[in-house]
Amino acid sequence: MSSLIVRTRRSFSTHWYAWAMVLPVVIVLGVLVGYPLGRGIYLSFTDANEANMGRTIGDFSVPSTYTFVGLENYWNILSGKEGSFYPRLTWTILWTLSCVVLHYGIGLGLAMLLNRRMRGRSLYRVLLVLPWAVPAFVAAFAWKLMYNTDNGVLNALLGKVGVAPVDWLGDPFVQKLSVIAVNTWLGVPFMMVAILGGLQSIPRELHEAAEIDGATPWQRFVHVTLPGLRPVSSTIVLLGTIWTFNMFPIIYLVIGQAGGTESEILVTYAYRLAFQGVRDYAGSAAYGIVILSLLLVFSVVYRGMLNRQEAAK
Amino acid sequence: MRKGMTAAAIAGVLALTATACGGDGGGSGDSSGRKAATDPQSVSGSITWWDTSNEAEGPTYDKLVAAFQKEYPKIKVNRTSVSFDQAEQKFKTAAQNGKGAPDVIRTDVGWSAGFANLGYLQPLDGTPALDNAADFLPGPMSTAKWKDETVGVPQVTDTLALLYNKEVFAKAGITKPPATWDEFIATAKTIKAKTGVTGTQLNPEGYFSLPFLYGEGADMLDVDGKKITVNSAGAVKGMETALKLAASDVALKPASTDGYVAAQTSFKDGKIAMVINGPWSVSDDYTGKAFKNKDNLGIANIPAGPSGTAAAPIGGHNYSVYRGSKNKDASYLFVKFMASAQSQELTAKEINTLPTRKSAYTAAVTADPAKKAFQQALSVAKSRPVIPGVGDLFVAFDQHYVKVLRGDAAPKEGLDALAKEWNSKLLKDYSIG
Repeated sequence: MSSLIVRTRRSFSTHWYAWAMVLPVVIVLGVLVGYPLGRGIYLSFTDANEANMGRTIGDFSVPSTYTFVGLENYWNILSGKEGSFYPRLTWTILWTLSCVVLHYGIGLGLAMLLNRRMRGRSLYRVLLVLPWAVPAFVAAFAWKLMYNTDNGVLNALLGKVGVAPVDWLGDPFVQKLSVIAVNTWLGVPFMMVAILGGLQSIPRELHEAAEIDGATPWQRFVHVTLPGLRPVSSTIVLLGTIWTFNMFPIIYLVIGQAGGTESEILVTYAYRLAFQGVRDYAGSAAYGIVILSLLLVFSVVYRGMLNRQEAAK
Repeated sequence: MRKGMTAAAIAGVLALTATACGGDGGGSGDSSGRKAATDPQSVSGSITWWDTSNEAEGPTYDKLVAAFQKEYPKIKVNRTSVSFDQAEQKFKTAAQNGKGAPDVIRTDVGWSAGFANLGYLQPLDGTPALDNAADFLPGPMSTAKWKDETVGVPQVTDTLALLYNKEVFAKAGITKPPATWDEFIATAKTIKAKTGVTGTQLNPEGYFSLPFLYGEGADMLDVDGKKITVNSAGAVKGMETALKLAASDVALKPASTDGYVAAQTSFKDGKIAMVINGPWSVSDDYTGKAFKNKDNLGIANIPAGPSGTAAAPIGGHNYSVYRGSKNKDASYLFVKFMASAQSQELTAKEINTLPTRKSAYTAAVTADPAKKAFQQALSVAKSRPVIPGVGDLFVAFDQHYVKVLRGDAAPKEGLDALAKEWNSKLLKDYSIG
């Protein structure tokens, strides 16, 4: 213990300037991340809501009357008593999985195409990156218009070939397919750009050597390209998973409030808890912490898996 | 014992300081409105007003604000346009923080009780804001009360009525609008058979299903008995009527997204002969090709259920003053001015709103047949339950109503599920049934 103090003191006296440099960042992070997180964790152990939080407004003043309830909020969520956690978790996982698989698959395909030498390559790149440059809420509203049952362009096209109009955002199942399609459109460009970078960092000699050894294109893809992409892939899949798991605007804006709660993912539901009716601060805080924990566990397991694979090689 | 007394004493002192603080801001934060009542011209300062009206209505309110500032040159009013969809949450956030909240806000009648329950609204009884209270129609006035206090001044009111296409009716040989839901369905059938025009299209929002429930003598809640009655036998019957209509071949299928716009567009274009809608839609109807000739638009009271009762919900807006406002005198004067009979008459004439004051239904206002018809429709209108967050009930209501109309859930099943959802989330202290 004392050696630790001594070591800290020594490191402080030699590296004081490093500490000084880091200090502003630590303070800013503490204010912007640490405090809200701590407050959120605290609230999740209480029964705080808008009505029992203390407030003074003009001549009207009430003291706080919320109490500490321990793990009750978490118990309500995890025991299924609250009713909507497990069905929503299942859909959130399905949503994340299908989106990430589609993002990665299509992104990889497009990157492979763009990695060839061809005329107008930079133009294609710009066009394919375009969806990424569009703010998510603009994309959501544009797609919502296209999905409109009576006046949307999709049903107009279907009508031209004699297919009956589809209720894109009304039917619970089609609704889910619709939002997955929007998010795929939105997420592919990022994957494509990242994978393209990865592809270009694979030394050309590896491919040439494999070709001389008589490897088929498929064999070269599996044994040269994919392993070469691993560092990039592992990072973007992790990022993609976290982003998609918490992809708020697409679900919230495309489906809207009235379309049905079955297609809501965990974060949009937590938002509704926090901003509907008498605001349930405690319940939504507990939801937030549960979501955070799920993602933390996922990241740790995923990194562990990758490290083991790396070690096995 | 001693300890308890000390605690009580401290609490008392704290309470005193708190109230003293409230009074301290007294010069400006005084909520009695004495200054505004006795010497209105001496009131000065600036106030912010959150206006949730739409773009088309804006210029009329700008005109009113200008007239107010001319009358009270020392007061400056900042009219801030806030989107109706976001105003409720935005106000709640600002009011709770005590920062950025406006002095005066235009609230939906469904929000008043919720805001007042959290202490965000200034009670207006005895202040100059509530001018000649007896002049207000009882329906709109009831939406501005919370417990025994008046927390808003009714600005505009509205209700639902049956709007129909007179030309199509004449072609089908129908001389008068249907008075019951059964007649409504029969009329739709005749029109389809004789003219080929579809009868109607339902708007799949819970609010628009209320006439079906009211027609059976049912309601969403029994507030006094603390009961959820939305799944009562009568309500189920009403819902069955709505479903029968929606699923028949004389009605277009309700659109589950933007259902309001879909029904309104069909009606304007002459694709359907009848629609249930409110006075706010009349100006929009006139822009459609079916109503180029304004006389073609017929307006009748909402059809009745088999019990003979007909009723539609009351909607509308109130003006409220934020309890933390620093300039209450100016706020009171502004609310008084905006809710005056003259102001209401002007908005009625310019943007087709329905006044909340009896005296604002002047000859000039009722000369317009649409306004006269809606004034008539108000006579059978019914106030929604006054509870905090009544508007939030409709989020779940909309979802279950759509399911019923789509045929994904039977009426009884859908309403049972709705009652259960309200009970588990928003109305925990209510019983079902």
